[in-house]
Formats: sequence, C-alpha cells, structure tokens
Amino acid sequence: MKVLDAIKKIEADIVNLSDGDREIITGYCGDFLSFVMGKAPQDCCWFTVMTNINVCAVATLADVSLVVLCEGVAPSPELVEKCKTQGVNLAKTKHDVFEAVRRYLNEV
Amino acid sequence: MEQCVHLEFEVAGNNFAQAGLASDQVKSTLKKLGIDPQDIRRVAIAMYEGEINMVIHANGGRAYVDIFVDKICINLIDQGKGIENIELAMTPGYSTAPDDVRALGFGAGMGLPNMKKYTDVFNIESEVGKGTKVEMEIHFR
Repeated sequence: MKVLDAIKKIEADIVNLSDGDREIITGYCGDFLSFVMGKAPQDCCWFTVMTNINVCAVATLADVSLVVLCEGVAPSPELVEKCKTQGVNLAKTKHDVFEAVRRYLNEV
Repeated sequence: MEQCVHLEFEVAGNNFAQAGLASDQVKSTLKKLGIDPQDIRRVAIAMYEGEINMVIHANGGRAYVDIFVDKICINLIDQGKGIENIELAMTPGYSTAPDDVRALGFGAGMGLPNMKKYTDVFNIESEVGKGTKVEMEIHFR
C-alpha cells in the first residue's frame, strides 16, 4: 500500500509528506524506542503515541515508510522540523492504535 | 584488508536532539558504498543504541568507525560512570534509565541486548567511575 493511501484509510492528517508514493509492506505498533529499533520491519507503517524528536531518528534508522501518531497526540515542533529535513513521512490521527490499525487493515 | 573509510564522532551527553546523528551519517556512508540494506539496518540499530547509551548514561563519548570491504568495526568509548554488573545490564528488560528518559521512550532495557543481537562481534568492558568501551563488528553478508 502506498503512504498516501494508508493515510486516507487511517483517517489521518498529514504532518509531513516527503514521499507519498513510498510503499508500505507491513506494520508495527509500539512506543518503547528500543523495541521499535529492534523489531519494526523495514518499510513498515509505525503506529505510536510518542511525539518527541527521537521518533524521527528511529524512523530514519529503521527505514520506516510512515509514522502514524495515534490518540490525537500532537508532534513536538522539533519532531516536525526534523521529519522535514530527514524526509520522514509523518501523520497523526484521532484514533487509538487499535482503531487505526483496524482501518489500515480494512476491518472497519 | 583494504580499509575504505574511517569516521569519528563526538556524541554529546544528555542531548537527545542530536542523538542518532552519528548513526545516521554512518548509514548514509554505507548506502553510498552500496552495502546491502539489511546489513546497513543492523549497523544502524546497533550504533544508535550505543549512541543513546552514551547520551543517557555516560554524559557523551566518542564513536570510532572503520568500514572495510567486508565488515564494519564500531568502537564506542566513554568516560562515564561505568557499569557495575555487565551481566545484569545485558539482561533484556533491565534498565537503570531515569524516569525522564523513560518518558521519551527509552529505558526499555533492550539497548545492550539489541546491540549484541544485531552484531557479529560484541565486546563490552567497563570500570565503575572510569567509563565503558564497546567494540562491535558487523560482517557484511
């Protein structure tokens, strides 16, 4: 699935779009950054409630296709800025993680 | 063995905004050298965890990176407070990170285990009050 299609399905708002055509091949949910680093598959859609600048570093190093901030949380200004410079796709949604994933998987 | 690139980085202590810059630069270098993406990922994970450890626990340190044709050697050296019990520190889930650091999403106790898991050679030496030295090698597949 392409990043832009996923954003639409999850009912998310774009925070930073660097490559809307990038492919997502799977997903990962989690907030502890070491778990994400160690387990999030490459080219995944990462669902989290973490909003600080380190989210961008982890997304970059783990090669995440799209980061979705759930539960209506707002990204820190530093995170937004960093995602722009690093080319990380970032979106936010009012849905909780479970609901966002359900929508991603077409189970709504 | 032919050496391709030597890189050195100063990692600033307690600076989470800068954390990951060294790892990212190593990643970019490996990409330019045409290294396999799966190998690059292992390097990025191991080095980022090491970088974060120096940021959180050691008030910063230095990273020395040597890239060869068939492997990368990463040495992380700090003059921080050191690790009392390395075996315990290597246990998945064990963490001494303070609450403010945990609030940022760190301190899951997976840093050192991740570094060991994703590297082919992993050695750690530490002396309380003196600092810690981590040697890692990742062999390109």
